[in-house]
Amino acid sequence: MKKDFLLAIYDCEEKLLKSAEKARDKNIEMYDIYTPFPVHGLDDAMGIKRSFLPYVTFLAGATGLFSAILLQVWTSAFDWPTIIGGKPFISWPAFAPISFELTVLFAAHITVLAFLVYNRLFPGKQPMILHEEQTCNKFVIAMERDKVNIDDATNLLKEHGAIEVNIKNVDTGSCC
Amino acid sequence: MSDAHVSQLRQSLVPEDRTYKQISEDILDTLEEKPSKAWLIGFSLSAFILTIGFFTVAYQIGTGIGTWGLNKTVGWSWDITNFVFWVGIGHAGTLISAVLLIFRQKWRTGINRAAEAMTIFAVACAGIFPLIHAGRPWLLYWVFPYPNTRGDLWVNFRSPLLWDVFAISTYLTVSLVFWYMGLLPDLASIRDRTKSKMRKLVYGLLSFGWDGSNRTWHHWEVMSLILAGLATPLVLSVHTIVSMDFATSVIPGWHTTIFPPYFVAGAVFSGFAMVLTLMIITRKVMNWENYITINHIEAMAKVIVVTGMIVGLAYGTEFFMAWYSGNEYEKYCFLNRATGPYWWAYWTMVSCNVLSPQFFWFKKLRTHIGFVFFLSIVVNIGMWFERFVIITTSIHRDFLPSSWAMYSPTWVEIWTFIGTFGLFFTLFFIFIRVLPGIAVAEVKSVYKYARNNK
Repeated sequence: MKKDFLLAIYDCEEKLLKSAEKARDKNIEMYDIYTPFPVHGLDDAMGIKRSFLPYVTFLAGATGLFSAILLQVWTSAFDWPTIIGGKPFISWPAFAPISFELTVLFAAHITVLAFLVYNRLFPGKQPMILHEEQTCNKFVIAMERDKVNIDDATNLLKEHGAIEVNIKNVDTGSCC
Repeated sequence: MSDAHVSQLRQSLVPEDRTYKQISEDILDTLEEKPSKAWLIGFSLSAFILTIGFFTVAYQIGTGIGTWGLNKTVGWSWDITNFVFWVGIGHAGTLISAVLLIFRQKWRTGINRAAEAMTIFAVACAGIFPLIHAGRPWLLYWVFPYPNTRGDLWVNFRSPLLWDVFAISTYLTVSLVFWYMGLLPDLASIRDRTKSKMRKLVYGLLSFGWDGSNRTWHHWEVMSLILAGLATPLVLSVHTIVSMDFATSVIPGWHTTIFPPYFVAGAVFSGFAMVLTLMIITRKVMNWENYITINHIEAMAKVIVVTGMIVGLAYGTEFFMAWYSGNEYEKYCFLNRATGPYWWAYWTMVSCNVLSPQFFWFKKLRTHIGFVFFLSIVVNIGMWFERFVIITTSIHRDFLPSSWAMYSPTWVEIWTFIGTFGLFFTLFFIFIRVLPGIAVAEVKSVYKYARNNK
């Protein structure tokens, strides 16, 4: 889907942060900000809510833990009970290491998967390139053209150090 | 970031002034240039050694592991020594990428990428030894619990060797995704700056369409912390479980509760030595002295002193417990280690691991690159001997003196071990050519840290 965006380009993160904060204070809606590295403070300026990923990790870890216990208890005590070293069939201390490993295995991989799926990152995805150096040394604030007052926004962005403000028709990549 | 108070004593992490663009150029330009002579020589040499190793492995799999120098008494020696040696080396990478991230040690950004790569390659080298030792490597999938046609007989969940299977596979895969998620922003950076169509396509696919959106960065940072939080106990558990391969047995010299922390400290010790060896070469060959600075080398030397002393304390404790336990077999085992036929291995271990790191108390020595490089190799040798001493001297004289025996490796074992160095360095040389060896985005994010302190 193609959309018109108002783009402000910066060459340093301090000016970018200042502009983003001012825009927030004036209730100018920002679509997204593109930076070559994580800039701390932008989350607040954009009003991004805290990531949901820790909950995914917890649930995935719990699933891993229960699967590990279930697997070990069922195979060792129910499906084919074997006496090993005179230990009880459910010898839980011996099951601890694998229970821990599977907790970590599930938690880590499912968290990464959730991150990739939620942010729609996959091989072959078209990136939103608004400025050719946005992954190198340029910082870009993007606003949707029909959601902001162009003149007000342009003035504010220029006032706080944007080296360039323009309107561009960009493919947002999202399919539906 | 910029508002946070920074002490006047803190030093900037990138000594020379750079623009963000120059940082990208310093690190990423080499990927698009023709390989240097030093790289070509190093790569060819490693690949040559790897080839010899490959044929050696093929030969012993074809013939059987009777080609090793093992006997009825010494049933474990070089194979498991090399396995523990390589796994241990891997641990420094996770320590740098995960533990230092949690402790907010910003200097990690200069070395974390290469150290994580080193972890993955080292674990790959480690995996080769149990694979061969299984005897029939084509049946190795038998170690996983899956419903099978052998009467539904399951693997033994009470065996530390099975714990190892789970620990190592979890460790390898988690390290791999942690490393790859960190690579995404830099791969995107290569994609956007390259002029070559082929590179644009390949790095475009590899970078998963990363565009530096702040919404993505937010989740990315949270995910990095979560993965670090998971990898930290994971790395401790891996070497704990490796040590349990020995500690859960009833062999004098192995059957001790000190093994898990002792092995973990030893792993970090040897791993940091290997990171130093690699980084000192890499910074020189790639001209990265501005990013992998003398401060990095000094910090790692300090870690070596600390972990070396923990290892030394463990050696002492073992001897004390052998005497204090009143167990005559335990006592004999340790006397035999220090004064028996393998005394030279024991004292090589002590001088390399306990005595040599003490030089790092002196700032002049721990900031002298040539000396640090030399000592990092000494520590690596010492830590290899530690595993050899623990494993071989504990079993070569068992409870029955008539079955006492000596062990020496055959050419097959020697070349398999040398071959894993070929594999390790070949992978590392390829890595440094095709992927960004320093985390560019992360270096940029700490570039302004303590910039005004000179």
